[in-house]
Amino acid sequence: MSDLGHVLVLAGGASFEREVSLSSGRRVADALVNLGVEVELVDIDTHLLPRLVKDPPAAVFVAVHGLEGEDGALRDVLDLTGVPYVGATGSAARLAFDKAVAKAIVGRAGLHTPASVALRHAAFRDLGGTLLLDRVIERLGLPLVVKPARGGSALGVSVVRDASELPAAMVGCYSYDSTALLERHVTGVELAISVIDDGGSAGPAALPAVEIAAVNGVFDYAARYTAGMTEYHVPARLDPQIAAAAAAAAVTAHRALGLRDLSRTDLIVTRDGEIEYLETNVSPGMTATSLLPLAAAAADLDLGALCRDLLQRAAIRGLSVPGAPE
Amino acid sequence: MEMSGGSRLDPYVDRYAARTHGMTTSEIRALFAVANRPEIISMGGGSPFVSALPLDVLADMTAKIISERGAQALQYMGGQGDPRLRELICGVMALEGISASPDDVVVTVGSQQALDVVSRIFLDPGDVVIAEAPSYVGALGTFTQYQADVVHVTMDADGLVPEALREAIARLQREGRRAKFLYTVPNYHNPAGITLVESRRDEILEICAEAGLLVLEDNPYGLLGFDGPPLPALRSRVSEGVIYLGSFSKTFASGVRVGWVVAPPGVKEKIVMASEATTLCPVALSQYVVAEFLAHHPWQEQVKVFRELYRARRDACLEALSASFPAGSSWTNPSGGFYVWVTLPSGVDAKAMLPRAIQGRVAYVPGVGFYGDGQGVRNLRLSYSLPEPDRVREGVRRLAGVLADELEIVATFGGGSPS
Repeated sequence: MSDLGHVLVLAGGASFEREVSLSSGRRVADALVNLGVEVELVDIDTHLLPRLVKDPPAAVFVAVHGLEGEDGALRDVLDLTGVPYVGATGSAARLAFDKAVAKAIVGRAGLHTPASVALRHAAFRDLGGTLLLDRVIERLGLPLVVKPARGGSALGVSVVRDASELPAAMVGCYSYDSTALLERHVTGVELAISVIDDGGSAGPAALPAVEIAAVNGVFDYAARYTAGMTEYHVPARLDPQIAAAAAAAAVTAHRALGLRDLSRTDLIVTRDGEIEYLETNVSPGMTATSLLPLAAAAADLDLGALCRDLLQRAAIRGLSVPGAPE
Repeated sequence: MEMSGGSRLDPYVDRYAARTHGMTTSEIRALFAVANRPEIISMGGGSPFVSALPLDVLADMTAKIISERGAQALQYMGGQGDPRLRELICGVMALEGISASPDDVVVTVGSQQALDVVSRIFLDPGDVVIAEAPSYVGALGTFTQYQADVVHVTMDADGLVPEALREAIARLQREGRRAKFLYTVPNYHNPAGITLVESRRDEILEICAEAGLLVLEDNPYGLLGFDGPPLPALRSRVSEGVIYLGSFSKTFASGVRVGWVVAPPGVKEKIVMASEATTLCPVALSQYVVAEFLAHHPWQEQVKVFRELYRARRDACLEALSASFPAGSSWTNPSGGFYVWVTLPSGVDAKAMLPRAIQGRVAYVPGVGFYGDGQGVRNLRLSYSLPEPDRVREGVRRLAGVLADELEIVATFGGGSPS
């Protein structure tokens, strides 16, 4: 048995990544149960808040992805109820979740990130859609990637290779979010680097990089969550110097964004060896095909023990500053 | 653990049969996972309003079956299904003019299993199935799993267009390909909400007979018409050349998973064997519950309750569409069943709009899923069967708001205009 006490794993919610989140939550909960932790998997709905108030758990593991889990609101609610939780604070999550904001912050911290422009739909409406798109193409070139500024799992993301495809990509993207990030398409070795901060003096540290090679060439939703559609190499097949630089970049992003406990940063190493920052997830996927668990396994870390230690850390944090947001 | 040789996370990836290649998860599945949340008005799934059933009566009925005949109801039984239920099914089919013997009937685990076994015994990879445009997504999924190609034939407001069927058959013959069967939902079509008019029914059968084409008649909604008695089924007109699929999912309860198939004798034997290979036998307890309901409950009155209930919801749906949908949209006017098929203004992609709709707390099924060939981009299916009429109205109102926003975005990027 664990002396952690009763903990909750929050998953599900109403975001587009509900199904992925339920799967992440189940995996985390099972891993904790295996270690004797008293754990309950709880969906995010109107019953959550009364329950947190009536019977506060020792700590909460947030396995909610997408808008609800990563835009900061859920974390702010947890702070308001004084329930400690694993992961970034609401304010840090809010900055990291917006890809355009995160790119600007990590850019200031010295990382390279592909040239991009973030535009709300209103900008196109007020200034003229097609003219503005022409300027974007002129500036960023083709191909380019259109992504919802806030969202995950590649939902609403398109790679545009021809200008004629751009309007449909924009429409599809705005269906997910009111702001679209148009980013120069960078090719190279795709990496996901998880960062864990176990509270030790060394601070946050990177787990082995996961190299992603989608069998069909595109790491889209299906490629992410259908076993067999993507080949993963852990550790990534990189020159040791570049691997070290990529790991350092992920830690830099984690620090620059003011994150806590865990994060996962997606990077691309170009043919020239340049490391390009794409985004950071504050609630990384924990499913059977997710990247953080792969990295943990490669580092001989037990996923349950990792989650338990992070919960323990959160619980202690909660005791030291009861009810106070960090 | 080092995986520097690379891993696909599925050690069996090289061993799957070719037919599994399309079995991947998708964005649409992710979106539907959210659509089941209570705050969202789901007009997506074709779920019957089972809350209108006399649940207390069914509870007593089921308890009685188990206490009095539990040793049979909880045991295996013959693969063709309970003889008493098959007899009662013949009574149900008689309402649509079908004369069949209980020997011709095979009970299945919903008519979806019937689709599967019929496909299994008829379809080789590369075979062609002719189906209406659009067609039931669950049938298309089954045909795809048997690696068949679906050729769609146009419908108009009167149902499948005979001339288009002739042309499709001739075209396939010219290409040296022969279709194995015509899959059709003649009554209150899913998803189109259209009914094949009386004047075309014999003609369709003649065309198929001439071409040596079997007809797979799928009729789950036939008794759920709002305007008088049902039209005689295709199977009521001929006993050869038609395989008929029936279901209690819409007239009773989808959760009991009881459907049936009526086929010519040789075909029937193969269906029984194929069905036994899948399930050994249909679910005994479910069959007893359905049989008891048909034999000792005024079930036709219950179907009448469903009809009236769905009529009110259909009316609510059509009224709300007329009141709130923009120019450039159109929709079908179903005289029964569960579905309205909507065509959106030019330039709008119903699948691309779905995330916006779910954020607007309403869900539908995008049209492309009802085609095997990429058509249906501007279409969506609204199901009015499950939400109460006020919720149907609210759902359509929400969808109209979502569509207005989508049209603005589409217009911004030079897409079609709403006229």
